[in-house]
Amino acid sequence: MKNYVKFGILIVAILGTLAWLAVGGISETKTYYKTIAELNQMGEKAQEQRLRVGGDIAPNSIVRDGSQVTFTMAQDNRQLKVVYSGIDPLPDTFRDGAQALADGKLGTDGVFRATKIQAKCASKYEAAPPAVNGNPAVRG
Amino acid sequence: MENLGTLAILLALCFAVYSVLGSLIGKWMNKPLLVLSASRAVYCVWVLLTTAAGLLVYSLIVGDFRLAYVVNHSNKTMATPYKFASWWGGQEGSLLLWSWLLATYTSVVVFQNRRKYRDMMPYVTAVLMTTLAFFVLLISVPEQPFKVLMAGKGNIVDAGDGQGLNPLLQYWTMVIHPPFLYLGYVGFAVPFAFAIASLITKQPGEAWIKTTRRWTLVTWMFQTTGVLLGAGWAYAVLGWGGYWAWDPVENASVLPWITATAFLHSVMMQEKKGMMKVWNVVLVSSTFFLCIFGTMLTRTGVVQSVHAFAQSQLGTYFTTFLSLGIAGTLYLILNRLPYLKSEATIESVLSRESSFLFNNLILLASCFSVLWGTLFPVITEAINGEKISVDAPFFNRVNIPIGLFLMLLTGVGPLIAWRKSSFESLQRAFLWPAASGVLVAALMMAYGVRHVYALISIALCTFVLVTIVIEFFKGANAIRGRTPMNLFSAMWELTHRNTRRYGGYLVHMGVVFMFIGFTGKAFDIDRTLQVKPGETLQLGRYSLNIGQLESGQTNDYQWEVLNIAATKNGQSIGTLRPEQRFYIAARQPSSMVAIRRKLNEDLYLNYAGASNDGKGYVLQAYVFPLVSWIWIGYWVVLFGTIICLIPDKVRLSYPRMQVVTVTGTNEKVQS
Repeated sequence: MKNYVKFGILIVAILGTLAWLAVGGISETKTYYKTIAELNQMGEKAQEQRLRVGGDIAPNSIVRDGSQVTFTMAQDNRQLKVVYSGIDPLPDTFRDGAQALADGKLGTDGVFRATKIQAKCASKYEAAPPAVNGNPAVRG
Repeated sequence: MENLGTLAILLALCFAVYSVLGSLIGKWMNKPLLVLSASRAVYCVWVLLTTAAGLLVYSLIVGDFRLAYVVNHSNKTMATPYKFASWWGGQEGSLLLWSWLLATYTSVVVFQNRRKYRDMMPYVTAVLMTTLAFFVLLISVPEQPFKVLMAGKGNIVDAGDGQGLNPLLQYWTMVIHPPFLYLGYVGFAVPFAFAIASLITKQPGEAWIKTTRRWTLVTWMFQTTGVLLGAGWAYAVLGWGGYWAWDPVENASVLPWITATAFLHSVMMQEKKGMMKVWNVVLVSSTFFLCIFGTMLTRTGVVQSVHAFAQSQLGTYFTTFLSLGIAGTLYLILNRLPYLKSEATIESVLSRESSFLFNNLILLASCFSVLWGTLFPVITEAINGEKISVDAPFFNRVNIPIGLFLMLLTGVGPLIAWRKSSFESLQRAFLWPAASGVLVAALMMAYGVRHVYALISIALCTFVLVTIVIEFFKGANAIRGRTPMNLFSAMWELTHRNTRRYGGYLVHMGVVFMFIGFTGKAFDIDRTLQVKPGETLQLGRYSLNIGQLESGQTNDYQWEVLNIAATKNGQSIGTLRPEQRFYIAARQPSSMVAIRRKLNEDLYLNYAGASNDGKGYVLQAYVFPLVSWIWIGYWVVLFGTIICLIPDKVRLSYPRMQVVTVTGTNEKVQS
């Protein structure tokens, strides 16, 4: 057999295996970004796909019960109740008013079952300049 | 102060542009003095950027709270090292750090080569200074570090105190992680600049590779350090015990590392055999552009990430720079293809060349899969308007087999002969390593391990480790056969005679240790519990007795510590004290986990605060087997890389001279 044929077969085999793994990995873990409004419109389809929903954590809505955490997420005047029971602890930035991203599926009862939560604290990273003498300071 | 800083940055931009134009025009019009002044301008840029950086750091340390940057990233109570680290705690400052590091590197390159490579150097300077001008442009226009707080028009205000550095970043590895990563990112501009210069000047052969070999190794070492520091930080600070989550920003840091690793291997093909010339140029260019791309990912918020930096308008700047740069490089490579002809062809599948080829193929596949996964939301949005992301399982699914295959090549590659190898010689070389790998895996199976990847991984790790150890023993014994000495001095002598080869083996050994650490992931135990004082809970072989909660306050934060007395197999192993802090200035909580690190496993406790009913505490308890080997592996990799950088010991082989007779007379000499 010619050398380049051998190499060709090996390379195709390796890349083929990896591509097969990748395609499987994508279909297994793909997560759709949805807003809460879109979620409400999706109907039953929302219960089949893995979804990622973002929103602000409603103040005083976080309830911890053992390893389970319940909270309400708000986005554009729409609210979504979320239950998290994943194994990873919630990030330190997860608290009232923070922006959260929840990955999971919508349950038949309309409660979102999250398996992963990411949170970022908007006030910290996109810091508004502090007010001075009542006048909001601007960057100049 | 702020005026001086801004002025320094603007002047640096002017000098950088001058340096680019001066180098190119001077070279084309054949005006050596213009070229010289362009390379002197590099030093000016360095001085100016050092001034700007110095001013920013000074403002952070004395607390000049008129500056927006200082208010957002520093405060009065922070310890001085953290104030210093605030330099790279935010967008503007870290871009300034990028620029300053590149200016430093460029100055070193210009100084080192001030009498060498006269034909290439103007282009090297031009490429480096173009990159620098781009970054200085970013801090001159959209992201100025020296903006002051204003109330109304013209009234500068003093905020009095700042918000402090993000508490998550107030940890020693985080203080040095960004500079190391940047040292690696920025450093790859140098080999890239040399590659481009050698293409432009149609250099024959490997001149650019030889001159940049050390650069490449050193920057690779910095990249490795940066990535590992990030992993170590995630493990010790983020509180979920993971060191790698395939987050977009982590991926951004590892992408150029992968191509750089591929490059380090494939340059050997060019040096030894004159092959893969086009490929090497492509690799070094990809590495450079991936470094820029990584900076773009972290700095523009293209992809959602836990490293939530402010969304910014930098995207357009970066996309423009990247597309122009990539298009230019591509044109240059295609145009110079005739100068990049391979001097040899691969003769057999069982050869060193072939193992390098597959090493590169598989590394690039890994790089591509990571890039694809990271950009998946962007790609799907462009195609059908729907943002779809993929998660850690996707990356693991593709990259675990890749990692295992690489491990196999790590064992096989260095021992297989150049050009062509026979099955018989392979059998001789690999009988014992393969046998020991199988034996260890069998023992583990007998012990009850059923995790397939873990078994394969441990078998391969053993295989590679044994090949490396055998290499050292064989070489050392050969030396001892000629000159009697003890085994260790013989091994040292061996390494010293061929530092690249044996240093490389040490790096491989470090990677094996890391893989052993990664394999431990298959056996993690994790538990989240609501506990009360006085309770005892069981976690694997550990039993944890929950004690009292202590609390207090410092200037910076309020803290709560949960005392947990741990015993292992009935024997006390002391008290672990996981802590929960609340930073006052930043209004942000931060957990300080308690980790008992041991070679076989880590016990990892995170106190997540009081439970909601107020009757108990939430505790996350984990056992992570073998994690320490990742960090040990890093130190071995570092040691091996340093060995690679030491020049070979030159064996003196002058013809021996002896005074046989003296002719002539004293008188003659005197007259």
